[in-house]
Amino acid sequence: MEEENKTEENKIEESKTEEKKPEADGAEIEKAKEPAAPAPNQEEPREDTGDEILRMKDICKDYDMGNEVLHVLKSVCLSVRRGEFLAILGPSGSGKSTLMNIIGCLDVPTSGDYWLDGRHIADEDETSLARIRSREIGFVFQSFNLLQRQNAFENVELPLIYANVPEKERRQRVDEVLELVGLSDKRENMPNQLSGGQQQRVAIARAIANRPAILLADEPTGALDQHTGAQVMELFHQLNEEGNTIIMITHDPKIASHAKRIVRILDGEISEGALEDA
Amino acid sequence: MHNFSIVRQSVRMALTNIRHNKLRSFLTMLGIMIGVAAVIGLVTIVQSVTTSIMDQFSGLGAGTLSITANGTSLKQGLSNSDLASLSEIDGVDAVCPSASVTTYAVANAEIYKHVTLDGEDFSYFQRNKNQIQQGRTFLENETDGYTDVCLVDKTFATKVLSGQNPIGATVTVNGYQFQVIGLYSDSDSLTGQMTDTSSSNGTVMIPYKNIQRMTGFYNTTFLTVFLKENADQNEAEHEIRAVLNNAFNDADNSFSIINLSSLLDTMNSIKGMLSTMLGGIAAISLVVGGIGIMNMMLVSVSERTKEIGLRKALGAEPVRIQMQFLIESITLSLIGGAIGIVLGLVIAAIGAAALNTTFHISTGAILLGAGFSAGVGILFGWMPARRASELNPIDALRAE
Ligand SMILES: Nc1ncnc2c1ncn2[C@@H]1O[C@H](COP(=O)(O)OP(=O)(O)OP(=O)(O)O)[C@@H](O)[C@H]1O
Ligand SMILES: [Mg+2]
Repeated sequence: MEEENKTEENKIEESKTEEKKPEADGAEIEKAKEPAAPAPNQEEPREDTGDEILRMKDICKDYDMGNEVLHVLKSVCLSVRRGEFLAILGPSGSGKSTLMNIIGCLDVPTSGDYWLDGRHIADEDETSLARIRSREIGFVFQSFNLLQRQNAFENVELPLIYANVPEKERRQRVDEVLELVGLSDKRENMPNQLSGGQQQRVAIARAIANRPAILLADEPTGALDQHTGAQVMELFHQLNEEGNTIIMITHDPKIASHAKRIVRILDGEISEGALEDA
Repeated sequence: MHNFSIVRQSVRMALTNIRHNKLRSFLTMLGIMIGVAAVIGLVTIVQSVTTSIMDQFSGLGAGTLSITANGTSLKQGLSNSDLASLSEIDGVDAVCPSASVTTYAVANAEIYKHVTLDGEDFSYFQRNKNQIQQGRTFLENETDGYTDVCLVDKTFATKVLSGQNPIGATVTVNGYQFQVIGLYSDSDSLTGQMTDTSSSNGTVMIPYKNIQRMTGFYNTTFLTVFLKENADQNEAEHEIRAVLNNAFNDADNSFSIINLSSLLDTMNSIKGMLSTMLGGIAAISLVVGGIGIMNMMLVSVSERTKEIGLRKALGAEPVRIQMQFLIESITLSLIGGAIGIVLGLVIAAIGAAALNTTFHISTGAILLGAGFSAGVGILFGWMPARRASELNPIDALRAE
């Protein structure tokens, strides 16, 4: 534990964008700077990260395959600012989903440091990872992943129930986000009574219902035709303009080009920008 | 906390799942259903039977000794002075000698066989006043042996007096004429139940002294001794034995005493044994039912792996997943249990009708059934629910 803390400290000092402060001070400053901001988890001290919502430093993910170790992510460093629309572009097997699982706190890295919304995500247990996911991450999946036996409203409501949002507020928020994705009139529809595009919009509504720090989408248009795919991308633009931070994972440069910033991943290594060799 | 939303949602989800898998759910519930129905049915039947037997015993009263004193060939039965010394014993409240003979009766110029003529002591009639359905019981001065009035029971009124108002009717029993002053409810005492009543033409009750006069036999061979409520039963019985031994010169087999309260104890222990046995049967069938539930829940968990992964991605903590599946298994077993309770009560009602006893709904048995099924749901749902909550979200999401 102590060693870990030390490395964390060193890295922060190295980066020089922040200063490591004693816990009490940090909390005070946070209070002073954003008094209105909700502090979902008081026990964990948060760094004042300014605009930065996500930072990865030397993230590695290895799979021990018995006779050899598979390095899927190799020293990934990544920084994402609040309100960014980022695409992570890479071919199949390059480690995109692995990276997304770590960003989405579904998985923990083998080594390296990861800060999400000012919180250091280290060896958390399942329960606290679930709480972090509940507050910070909104997932959009390639195959929508709606619960087939629940209608649109209930699907969108689900993350709010897990976040202990009171019923009245819950209903209000579900109506709000369904309106936002243009499906107010479909709230009672079951998923099989919706088109693919509509289902994906319900999934997006579900992802943003709890106002997560990051909207995380893995191939969100992968199961849609070009036209509906374009509609979904338009919705992403709109959400981004309203201030949502979006990280989108895709193997399709065309889709990636909708993002304001593109990060490429190849064989578990990340490189910024440029589209030429796509 | 807004956990209630989760519970409500889980129950609704559980019901949806049950509806979507009707046959499978039904087959799963069958075990619990049969188990609970068996428990409720058997327990209720046993309780009904024992309750009605107990009622009869306690109707006779705790602290009641039934004494048969045939005596010896030299001295048949007890003399009046023997009875007097019995009533002088400390804990004795009343001594009621009685006699009964089967004879014939004549009413409306017709002869009826198989009529029981029952002679009872005045204190017996006092104790059983509430059995009079119509008319009145004897006055003390009518029990001197020379007053020609009698009580008849319902069977007699129906069969011999052909249902007309029995009060004031005249019947001739054994050649003696009596006027009916009261209608007595049918004897549901043990002796009444044990004798074959179908061919009987009912009972005529007269004071003990009348019957002594009619039979010309003035000794008492059958009597009931009522003990005082606070009396030391063993002590009193001991003294009664002493008096009887003295009366019959310590002759073997000259008398027997049946203590109803000790019979009651025996009944209670039989009831306890039966309950334990039924408990064993119930436990086995509920375990079988529980394994069915566990099996279905395990299938359900593996079928819904992806859903579990999704819920986790949406922020569900492991505890919540576990709770959801637990609630599902509890819902499943409670529904099975509820059906089982209804089935069990139907079985019990049919059984009570067949055994000709009153049907007592035992709330204890119902609570037992409900409790057991909920318990089975928790116990056998725990492992599958646990397994669901421990699924790795990445693997779960990837599952198809
Ligand atoms: N649990 C695991 N155990 C072993 N190897 C794994 C595991 N998960 C992923 N890998 C390996 O890691 C590499 C990257 O996988 P990943 O799923 O991140 O690729 P991807 O970029 O998402 O590909 P695609 O576009 O096809 O979805 C692959 O070679 C894969 O075989
Ligand atoms: Mg992938």
